[in-house]
Amino acid sequence: MSTPVIRVEGLGKRYYLSHEKRSDTLRDSLTQKFRQLGRRLAGGGGAEPAGEEFWALRDVSFDVAQGDVLGIIGRNGAGKSTLLKLLSRITEPTAGRATIRGRVASLLEVGTGFHPELSGRENIFLNGAILGMSRVEIRRKFDEIVAFAEIERFLDTQVKHYSSGMYVRLAFAVAAHLEPEILIVDEVLAVGDAQFQKKCLGKMNEVARGSGRTILFVSHNTGALQAICRTGLWLQQGQVAQAGPIANCLAGYLSSGNEAATFTATNPEKPHITSVTLDRTALAHGRFRVSVSFKASAPLSRPVIGVTIFSKLGQPLAGSNGRMMGEQWAPGVMSEGVITAEIDPLPLHSDTYRVSVYLGDAAQDYDQKLEAVEFDYVSPHFYPQCPPLSVIGQCDLPWRWTVEPK
Amino acid sequence: MAQTDTPELVLEAGRASRDYWRDLWRYRELLGFLAWRDVKIRYKQTVLGVLWALIQPVVTLAVFTFIFGKLAGMPSGNAPYPLLVLCGLLPWQLFAAAFSNASGSLVANTHLIAKVYFPRLIVPLSSVAVALLDFAITLGLLALLCAWWRFVPDWRVLLLPLFIVLTLLTAIGTGLWLTALTVKYRDFRFVVPFLLQIGLFLSPVGFSSTNLPNWQHVYSLNPMVGAIDGFRWCLLHGEPTLDPLNLAVSVAMSGLLLASGLWYFRRTERTVADVI
Repeated sequence: MSTPVIRVEGLGKRYYLSHEKRSDTLRDSLTQKFRQLGRRLAGGGGAEPAGEEFWALRDVSFDVAQGDVLGIIGRNGAGKSTLLKLLSRITEPTAGRATIRGRVASLLEVGTGFHPELSGRENIFLNGAILGMSRVEIRRKFDEIVAFAEIERFLDTQVKHYSSGMYVRLAFAVAAHLEPEILIVDEVLAVGDAQFQKKCLGKMNEVARGSGRTILFVSHNTGALQAICRTGLWLQQGQVAQAGPIANCLAGYLSSGNEAATFTATNPEKPHITSVTLDRTALAHGRFRVSVSFKASAPLSRPVIGVTIFSKLGQPLAGSNGRMMGEQWAPGVMSEGVITAEIDPLPLHSDTYRVSVYLGDAAQDYDQKLEAVEFDYVSPHFYPQCPPLSVIGQCDLPWRWTVEPK
Repeated sequence: MAQTDTPELVLEAGRASRDYWRDLWRYRELLGFLAWRDVKIRYKQTVLGVLWALIQPVVTLAVFTFIFGKLAGMPSGNAPYPLLVLCGLLPWQLFAAAFSNASGSLVANTHLIAKVYFPRLIVPLSSVAVALLDFAITLGLLALLCAWWRFVPDWRVLLLPLFIVLTLLTAIGTGLWLTALTVKYRDFRFVVPFLLQIGLFLSPVGFSSTNLPNWQHVYSLNPMVGAIDGFRWCLLHGEPTLDPLNLAVSVAMSGLLLASGLWYFRRTERTVADVI
């Protein structure tokens, strides 16, 4: 435990967002392109391209000890994937350095390099080689991989005829049998059915506990993170917001700020939704609170906002709107405003959910924002042995039990 | 994967990996697998299958023999005209296939490059394998034609591998340039077929280079001139005679292309995943 397996110092990655200038004629754009081309060829690939610079990752430093299982959390665009890409050598950093001791295998996607025209057997070899296994090693683990994936009968069928479930199982099976010293895993558990996900988690747990291997794991699945990881790294806008025990990082992450989505109207004449804000702090305390701002060019007599919560698989779980209440709903006349909906307590199990919102008035709908915000919910109710949600459903209703011995 | 020493890897901006070539060697199995994949899927879902590797050269052979041999009445030395053409067609088709495969290889493997690390050089190198497969089939066609005309090559045929290597190195050199450029500027996708079309007429494929007595040294700046002349020299009893200086010019050009192609490729490869 003396020297860290991974040491990251001041790591940064800059991208350029290209804002392509509008050119009026084809010739204009061509001459511009050629000038650019000439400049870049002459000045070398490192020449400054036009465009706004953007640091996907900036000044990130942390250490990972041998045998540690590090969970990396953060919102979309916080730099998690960029960090994994840098550590797995897919692209190089713009600033800082990372020192890695040991062989790295990265699993940024399930089934990288699978070819649909090849059979399952052939793809095991191809995919294994791509992930860095040697031919001898693949042959040694071949039976194990096939058994884990449960595809014995279809081994010589072309992968393009596989169901998506079989495809994912096979792909994960190959990856699960990698034996690197450091394993980098990105969000791969978001695929596959619940039962297989459980199997994958079990396998990762086994790998993590059993062999002293170091794992870096990015996920939105808070349950999985809690189960597998010991330490956490919370990234926010490309920088480290918090590092330390996973529970602390998760708590910080889940209660941080608001999840807000803003929208620009395609037709400003029509009444439209301008923003949707989800209250993270409320969520961390087991309450659901979402605020919807809207705007109309002419006053709306009885503005109505609808909110529906969906499971991550797209099933509607609960929804409501002002219109369904009839005369009770009397917000008054307005052309601009914020309407907030609240559920306290939120009777759902821990999982990922999506929220769609709708805008209308007493008579008709004007605007809708499907899946406007997404959130990971960690319920304040903890069940030591919770069956999969595909079995018991998402709703955590206030059950009351009575027992009468006779 | 039991490794006694733990290698230390430092990732830093602009740090070219010192172990690049060792890494490339370590990933040689992947090179083999990618080549095997390309070969394996090459003729899948085609009705005629491998026959396609024969149809193309046979038709080209017939057309060129007709145009250059019959219409233009060009000399062919002591060998039948179709053999002369085929000996030019062999290296040219090897070059054309290897070059165009290599040129498109990085873009065609975007999904791999964006998700896994390996020395990127493996991608264009492995794409050349398919070209070799088709080449081997065309070589069979040559053997058939030789048997038909009872034309037996002499000892010079033993030197043929050298010219196959020259052809491949030329194709890889130009392919490295084009594949690296295509990643950034997709314009170059249109350049490749155009270059091949022009190159076919600028290289002595349908005729013997002896038809151009002057400017031979300048003509040899096209490295395929050296390769094609070499093929003919090896297969057609040393005719036309190989001028060492011309050959040297072609080999030097090929070497220059390869060295510069490698240089440019390695410069772009470190950030290729960002632009692809």
